[in-house]
Amino acid sequence: MADRTLVVASAHGLHARPAALFVKAATDSGASVHLRKGDRTVDAKSILGVISLGIDHGDEVTLAVEGENDEAVLNELAAFLEQDHDA
Amino acid sequence: MPDPVPDPTDTPSALTPDEEKARATEALAATAAQLRERGQAAGGTAAEVLDALAMMAEDPSLATDVQQRIEKGATAEYAVFAAMDAFRELLAGMGGYLGERADDLGDVARRAIARLQGLPAPGVPESEHPFILVARDLAPADTATLDLDRVLALVTTEGGPTSHTAILAREKGITAIVGALQAAELNDGDLVLVDAENGTIELDPAQERIDLAVQRTATLQAIRAASSGPGRLADGHAVPLLANIGSPESAREAAARGAEGVGLFRTEVLFLGAEKAPSVEEQAATYREVFANFPGQKVVVRVLDAGADKPLAFLTDAGEENPALGRRGLRALAAHEEVLRDQLTALAQAAEGSEAEVQVMAPMVSTAQEATYFRDLAHELGIRIAGVMVEVPSCAIMADHVVPNADFVSIGTNDLTQYVFAADRLLGSVAGFQNPWHPAVLRLIQQVGSAGTEHGVPVGICGEAAADPLLAVVLVGLGATTLSMSSTSIADVRAEISQYTLDEARALAAIAVAADSAESARDAVAAAADELDPVEPAAP
Repeated sequence: MADRTLVVASAHGLHARPAALFVKAATDSGASVHLRKGDRTVDAKSILGVISLGIDHGDEVTLAVEGENDEAVLNELAAFLEQDHDA
Repeated sequence: MPDPVPDPTDTPSALTPDEEKARATEALAATAAQLRERGQAAGGTAAEVLDALAMMAEDPSLATDVQQRIEKGATAEYAVFAAMDAFRELLAGMGGYLGERADDLGDVARRAIARLQGLPAPGVPESEHPFILVARDLAPADTATLDLDRVLALVTTEGGPTSHTAILAREKGITAIVGALQAAELNDGDLVLVDAENGTIELDPAQERIDLAVQRTATLQAIRAASSGPGRLADGHAVPLLANIGSPESAREAAARGAEGVGLFRTEVLFLGAEKAPSVEEQAATYREVFANFPGQKVVVRVLDAGADKPLAFLTDAGEENPALGRRGLRALAAHEEVLRDQLTALAQAAEGSEAEVQVMAPMVSTAQEATYFRDLAHELGIRIAGVMVEVPSCAIMADHVVPNADFVSIGTNDLTQYVFAADRLLGSVAGFQNPWHPAVLRLIQQVGSAGTEHGVPVGICGEAAADPLLAVVLVGLGATTLSMSSTSIADVRAEISQYTLDEARALAAIAVAADSAESARDAVAAAADELDPVEPAAP
């Protein structure tokens, strides 16, 4: 398993559009991906789970990836979160 | 529009759990497919919004929840309803933007339940003749596929300015009033007049009011259709209409939408998420890409505006209690001058050999000394035209000293409003203060405009205020020489300002600054503008 803690860059946090893109990327990866904010962890393939974390710009989250190529998937998803998709 | 199907009740199922599960899975999958289909038919933002809704219908956490409820004896209808409702309440409880997404989820649930009960998907009624659609709220799926030849206007009794209905209506140019409580009293067949510009709904209007509205709509449409090219007033006075952009991509879009240049190029996007500033060469390459879209036109670049809502590891001090009042913008750059020097150097390099007229401005300037500091440094590093942003009230109050020390000034109305009212512009509970129509904001803009006129220094506006067509006229009347906005608003602003002479714009501005509130300023200006005879648009 690979995990990493990072700061979300999107100006409006992980709301509808960036959340949908992120969930799509997580689903397409084929790996098992979980996202944690504070003490809540959700399945990154669940858009309802991801938006219900209420992740705002600048929030710290932890990504955990299990499966083949976990490092590569982690790098890709982390890079996504560290980009501003609302700019 | 009729209210949607009633919520299902928790009655015992007559089917086996496996049969109910199969029904639920089919209904959710079909709902997702239907939403995607409508999205694809509508295209643009609607496709993205509806795709996100489809993902909600297909959500694996939701599916698990539905199956668990069915195993405990629920019908597919009730399991879908209850599972969606649990998520809906979670989102509603979070308030703000997410709270409004809760309504979207309710729409997904109603579609799935209608499918399970063999009812037609909820939506806009069919009608033979054009009509005004009044609904509690319109689901994004309905707004996206509205037949614009049939629906004359849209009124909802619920929903806020950031609801998808409002966003999509704006994008499609539908006359719309969102969240009009009084519309709940209307009945099917009532004759109503909807004035979206003033946010009013008139029941049983007199024939002359109808004639006036029809004529006004036709005039506006004709002006909008005929409007292209540079922004100018009815008397030919030029007001260049520029775009606010944040990336090479949005630069291309703005150029395609007829922007006469860029009034605000936010450079944070190059830096966000970076642990250290990108090199001079990396920066210059991006700047060149942006400049290439505007040969012979102005591109105003704002140097890094880090801090407050845009913290950067290498610039921003951690642990400030009030970052909006902290070391942000030029303050942060002055404390890390090497970052500013690199950015100005990169901009000067990119400007050289570019056909764009590159100008650079500093954010969060609060004194005349800071203006001088920035201009001198920019000139030293090869930037020919260096200006300041007026966002801090002190800068506007001292405009007669700040303006002569800048090659141009640009008023950032969003931050200026935030600081005038001491109301965080990202905080929902004080959002009511964030209104640039307030005379407190307009009077400061007037001071800057006067100083600009006196010293022959251009005064630009960048910020949401310039995108409000009627307010744009007032801003020109207050002395703005250029207006910069998101490029989607340019056509509307171009059409509106072309109806007034400079003298008329000044008269409207005087009315606005004399008012006692944002609402009364807007109402008084709208009433006065109505009385002015529409003038033929100036010849291009």
